[in-house]
Amino acid sequence: MSSNKKYWKSVEELNENSSIVETLKQNEFVEEIPTDEFLGNKESLESSKTTRRDFLKYVGFSTAAASLAACEGPVVKSIPYVVQPEEITPGVANYYATTIADGYDYASVLVKTREGRPIKIENNTLAATNGHANARVNASVLGLYDSMRIQGPMKAGEPISWSEFDAEVGQKLASVSSSGKAIVLLTQTYASPSTSKLVSEFKAKFGNVRHVQYDAISESAALDAYEANYGERGLANYDFAKAMTIVSFGADFLGDWQGGGFDSGYAKNKIPTNGKMSRHIQFESNMSLTGANADKRVSLTPSQQKVALAKLYSAVVGGSVSGELPQHIEEAVQKAASQLKKAGSKGVVVTGIQDVNAQTVVLAINSHLNSQAFDPETPIKIRQGNDKEVMTLVADMKAGKVGAILMSGVNPLYTLPNAGDFSEGLKQTDLSVAFTMKADETALETEYQAAVPHYLESWGDVELKKGHFALTQPTIRPLFDTRQFQETLLKLTDNNLSYHDYLKQTWTASILGNTSFSQALHDGMYVSGSAAADAMQTTTTSTTSEEDKKTWVGGIIEDVAEGVGLKDKEDSATTTTTTSNSVAAAPVAISAGDAARKLGATATSNGLELALYSKTAMGDGQQANNPWLQEMPDPITRTTWDNYVTVSQADAKELGIKNWHVADGGLNGSVVELAVNGVTVTAPVIIQPGQAKGSIGLAFGYGRRAGLKEEMQTGVNAYPLYMDFNPTPGNVSLTVVGGEHEFACVQLHNTLMGRGDIIKETTLEIFNTKDKKHWNAIPVVSLNHQETPVTSPEVDLWDEFDRSIGHHFNLSIDLNACTGCGACVIACHAENNVPVVGKEEIRRSRDMHWLRIDRYYSSEDTFAGDNSKKEETKGLAIIDAFDEMETAAANPQVAFQPVMCQHCNHAPCETVCPVAATSHGRQGQNHMAYNRCVGTRYCANNCPYKVRRFNWFLYNKNDEFDYHMNDDLGRMVLNPDVTVRSRGVMEKCSMCIQKTQKTILDAKRDGRVIKDGEFQTACSAACGSGAMVFGDVNDKDSQVAKLKEDNRMYHLLEHVGTKPNVMYHTKVRNTTEA
Amino acid sequence: MKQVNHRKLGKNILRLSLVILLAFSTSLSAQEGDPANGKSLFNANCAACHKLDKKMTGPALRNVEQRLSDDEGLDREWLHSWIRNSSSMIKAGDAYANKIFNEYGGAAMTAFPQLSDQDINDILAYTAEEAPAAPVGVQAVVADGGGSDGSSMSNKIILGALTVLFALLAMALVLVRQTLNRFAEAKGVDVSETKGTPIWKAFIQNQFLVLVSVIILLLASGYFVYGYFMQVGVDQGYQPVQPIHYSHKIHAGDNGIDCKYCHSSARVSKHSGIPSLNVCMNCHKSIYEVSPETATEEYSKEFYDGEIKKLYAAVGWDDAEQKYTGETQPVKWVRIHNLPDFAYFNHSQHVSVAGIECQTCHGPVEEMEIMYQHASLTMGWCINCHRETNVKVEDNAYYTKIHEELSKKYGVDKLTAAQMGGLECGKCHY
Repeated sequence: MSSNKKYWKSVEELNENSSIVETLKQNEFVEEIPTDEFLGNKESLESSKTTRRDFLKYVGFSTAAASLAACEGPVVKSIPYVVQPEEITPGVANYYATTIADGYDYASVLVKTREGRPIKIENNTLAATNGHANARVNASVLGLYDSMRIQGPMKAGEPISWSEFDAEVGQKLASVSSSGKAIVLLTQTYASPSTSKLVSEFKAKFGNVRHVQYDAISESAALDAYEANYGERGLANYDFAKAMTIVSFGADFLGDWQGGGFDSGYAKNKIPTNGKMSRHIQFESNMSLTGANADKRVSLTPSQQKVALAKLYSAVVGGSVSGELPQHIEEAVQKAASQLKKAGSKGVVVTGIQDVNAQTVVLAINSHLNSQAFDPETPIKIRQGNDKEVMTLVADMKAGKVGAILMSGVNPLYTLPNAGDFSEGLKQTDLSVAFTMKADETALETEYQAAVPHYLESWGDVELKKGHFALTQPTIRPLFDTRQFQETLLKLTDNNLSYHDYLKQTWTASILGNTSFSQALHDGMYVSGSAAADAMQTTTTSTTSEEDKKTWVGGIIEDVAEGVGLKDKEDSATTTTTTSNSVAAAPVAISAGDAARKLGATATSNGLELALYSKTAMGDGQQANNPWLQEMPDPITRTTWDNYVTVSQADAKELGIKNWHVADGGLNGSVVELAVNGVTVTAPVIIQPGQAKGSIGLAFGYGRRAGLKEEMQTGVNAYPLYMDFNPTPGNVSLTVVGGEHEFACVQLHNTLMGRGDIIKETTLEIFNTKDKKHWNAIPVVSLNHQETPVTSPEVDLWDEFDRSIGHHFNLSIDLNACTGCGACVIACHAENNVPVVGKEEIRRSRDMHWLRIDRYYSSEDTFAGDNSKKEETKGLAIIDAFDEMETAAANPQVAFQPVMCQHCNHAPCETVCPVAATSHGRQGQNHMAYNRCVGTRYCANNCPYKVRRFNWFLYNKNDEFDYHMNDDLGRMVLNPDVTVRSRGVMEKCSMCIQKTQKTILDAKRDGRVIKDGEFQTACSAACGSGAMVFGDVNDKDSQVAKLKEDNRMYHLLEHVGTKPNVMYHTKVRNTTEA
Repeated sequence: MKQVNHRKLGKNILRLSLVILLAFSTSLSAQEGDPANGKSLFNANCAACHKLDKKMTGPALRNVEQRLSDDEGLDREWLHSWIRNSSSMIKAGDAYANKIFNEYGGAAMTAFPQLSDQDINDILAYTAEEAPAAPVGVQAVVADGGGSDGSSMSNKIILGALTVLFALLAMALVLVRQTLNRFAEAKGVDVSETKGTPIWKAFIQNQFLVLVSVIILLLASGYFVYGYFMQVGVDQGYQPVQPIHYSHKIHAGDNGIDCKYCHSSARVSKHSGIPSLNVCMNCHKSIYEVSPETATEEYSKEFYDGEIKKLYAAVGWDDAEQKYTGETQPVKWVRIHNLPDFAYFNHSQHVSVAGIECQTCHGPVEEMEIMYQHASLTMGWCINCHRETNVKVEDNAYYTKIHEELSKKYGVDKLTAAQMGGLECGKCHY
């Protein structure tokens, strides 16, 4: 069944009469390669003064000269330490546990350092409180070596010293304090007990201090709803490992929803065990990572999501709600409700709708279900931003009430929708300081720029969840003359302690029970179970609650209501009264029934609705100068170096929006002007299958200009559209403007070439009831008129080598557990010194990713019947058939498939290499000797998996590729154990042979047998969902050996007979509706 | 030759003066102690922290008794109790004891209760000896005064004479020939030879010979060109001048220091590691000069002492004050063994796992005055060793299973590194 399903990679492929698809099936390129461009025309060739003989002379001479010049070796200097630090041995890596808390990403990680340089981020398996490190966290190490960092404190762009800075700022603060104007600390969410304590001391010293916490992408509504219901400002915590039925309304919980970190738990129940797996129903407008992984995905506009959520509430909990939904959505909601009821405590509902009503309703449903997945004991603390306070601050600044503002970890002039107002307000302050790593948009307009260190150079602590404390420790001495925000606060409060000592004091006094600080530092994490920690908890909340009291729910409701065009008179009256009554009160819990009724009454918008989202690679945009992230393909659109408006096919047709492919295989698209409440943004468009009709999407995090290398200034800024922190504004108008945009998309580089069985997929029902041959058949060939499986040695062209001795490495990838998050892609970059090639080269299909995550769309019901229908349909009726296919594409199923070198035991690449540069090892790895390669590229042509990458240019120390490998600072991130490849050689995944060799050597040195789990590749170590398992199949007790015997196991393109050492596990979808 | 003679001469003079000095001093202090016994006691007990003429961990001790009684008015009894147990004196509040204690950074002197009064007297007698006259001057005087320099000059003379002789012979031959020709002319004999085909013409006419020699010529030139290109980038024998003249011969050879004492990371890391300067200072804090015996005809004692001074400058050690100044200047050694970036080599694999002697690849380092690259470090050299060397599997649980299976497969008792997979490209190139 599975192999009959039709897969397609782009909308173009569904268009059977597309000449492009036809041509691509026959040829590698759509059009003739324009050789004239580089050869010139015949005339100029003939009239050229350089004859053939001359040319040969030049070549001969330059070759001789070059070889003579190469005879003298360079003199290499070796400079040892004067006093070698005790813990450093050159050539041996050290690992430190630390925590990233940059205001958007929070994770407990291990940092690998070599000779004192941090070079890679790995998962801290000792303390996986907040899931695993995502792609951005993996890439964050490169931020340390960012050549655009400011290298010391500055005053209006001129360097000053820290003592001058302290004196001037201290004096100005004192005068502002005495003048009675407000002093404001505008910070990211620190969720740091020590910082909170410091801030309260700062308040005590200066008086009239306001601490405003600001999240660029706000979760304020969810915080308000949770606070109103549970009395604590935090986000609801879910453990999807305890849920068998998951219903999500616009919550991209495999992405960045509520700070992320939910995928590990989610993936656990996605693997069918004993015939059971979880069922995940996703209601959303943009095609998100979560929607792509859902068993059932319903696409609907943001306003419809609210109504649907209300209906679900009424169906599960009770009570009637008004509101109309299209028939198929209504049905889907009812089915979801019945499944939830059936699941009972094994069910869970989540939502990403930034609306207090929606959040309240979800909390009510979960507590009604008594959901085990919902954990009200340990709320998530890593979002503390308060929209209302931020807006009040901007108003106050404009009114001149703010005397001094100190900003840390925020970039409001880039992220605020009303950045203009903020800028005006900034001019009215007497003192403005930006604590920043970059001369970013905000720092450029402040009076002082206080250079702060990267988190890998800092001390810190974070309360990730209630009672879950993580420590940040420096892994390198500060590279520049920087000082962290907390150190400055200590100086300003005349405290002579260093922040390290201060932190230690705070921890020993009120967080750590009997555990030692060193132990907590070693683990990177401390989870309190004692009352002592609870006491600490209450003190931190009480310090912040003073401001929290000013928070109230009414205002937000009003804003959102206005945004979506709801707000009838009665409602507005009630909200207004709430407003006036509860200014100083804590958030008032709204009754869930009322909330549902209000949600149900949400009017669907007239125009298009915009859904702003954050991309896997870029997040909120603070790492925009990171080339790894810029070049990381979006998991869904597979587009790099850009953000864009995503529209549905139907809307695109209506508005005349087009995507088309040009000669070199690149994707071009129309450019549109997006207008929301008078704010316009011009952006390119990608037609996104699965985008809900009537909705469009646009990602945050792009369009930054300040403090970035020129190449990184990509995309458009979506924050101006984020008015009143409403991520889903309605009444959006879209008009096509002239011009076209060139995308750098790794999507349609090659078609499937009719090899549709590269991905195998089945449903839980078939998986449970039918034999393996129905859903994971091994291809057969005819031998003496007998059907023989291709895996049988009789039909093998090749001699089999004995691989039973020693190690035999296999990598297993479970398509059910893989969420497509891309952490492995960045981990591979960092481990293997994979170069960044830039947008232009990506567009020419010259991407260098050793590991790509292919994304395949499949039309929901396009099985064999459809295919034959297409072929049988003749004449004009074909048009109808194509129309049907287009509707199928409106909501496709998605499958992710990480593909790297398959390390074939019968490798086609090895036989064609004329210089034996690629050869096979006994341990199963396909070796690539770069120094032997002469660059014929035969191997790449002969590879059925297209995983070989060619160095078209020199990507390091080359000004044409001005990324991290072009400056001394950026090159510090390179892994010293892996060769940096030069121009003209082929490269590919090595199955991290440097890591397997190291594991073997360590065992040899210790004289012991290697245990299962010791062998890891960069990707398998980075994989938090357990999709990738690496190990030795000759160790019969190893996990990977067991996975190899699994029924779902298959190899990619088994019929080619390459016998790969990478295996996949058939994707099973739980399509059971009842 | 000449310098060797001189050195011996100098040594003799030195010995002589020492004997004279000893005899003289013995007679001086015979009634109090025995300086010879004192010397051995001093070397056994005191020399780790004290020198006679130089401040080290403790003060210089030449004429310490005289100095104490002159400057501080302290007698031998004070010294006795100080040597036996200084810390109790410090505790007891003795003024000078505390002064010394504080001057030397609060490090208490080891107590020597086992030394008898006579022992201490012997030591003090030794410290009271006069410093030996600097042997340098003597040596220099002898060097200036020394006249004869025999053999090398005579060689030249013989060679010159021979040259003159051969030139005379050649001239004589020419003259004889001329004379004979003149005789023949006079007698009317025709001496003009019958002109046959010249040899080169004969050669050209013989086409076979031409062909063979062309082939030989081509093969030979091919051989040499190939040989020339193959040695490009092979730096066998590379012996650069280093910023500090560090003699492996003195350290590893004469003093027998284990290689891995300094190159400790070779045991655990891919790098053998150039020792950091603090490792040098483990010994050179007290070894501030070489012994006169260390000096060779090529490198004088002053030269070596100067090199130790360079180390002090680099590490920021003030030898006079016996403390670190904090002004360091890292040494920029010239790297000798350069593997290309695309080749991965791990020292610990070879040193710790395989137990290979350092000398196997690095040659007789203990004999090298100046370090040079012993092996060619080419891939062929690596592979050859991997083919010939057996894997050391004894007492290593890692190898137990794989060795058993592989040796059965290959039918051998001992597996070579190659059979273990040590020839696979990817084992070294990634």
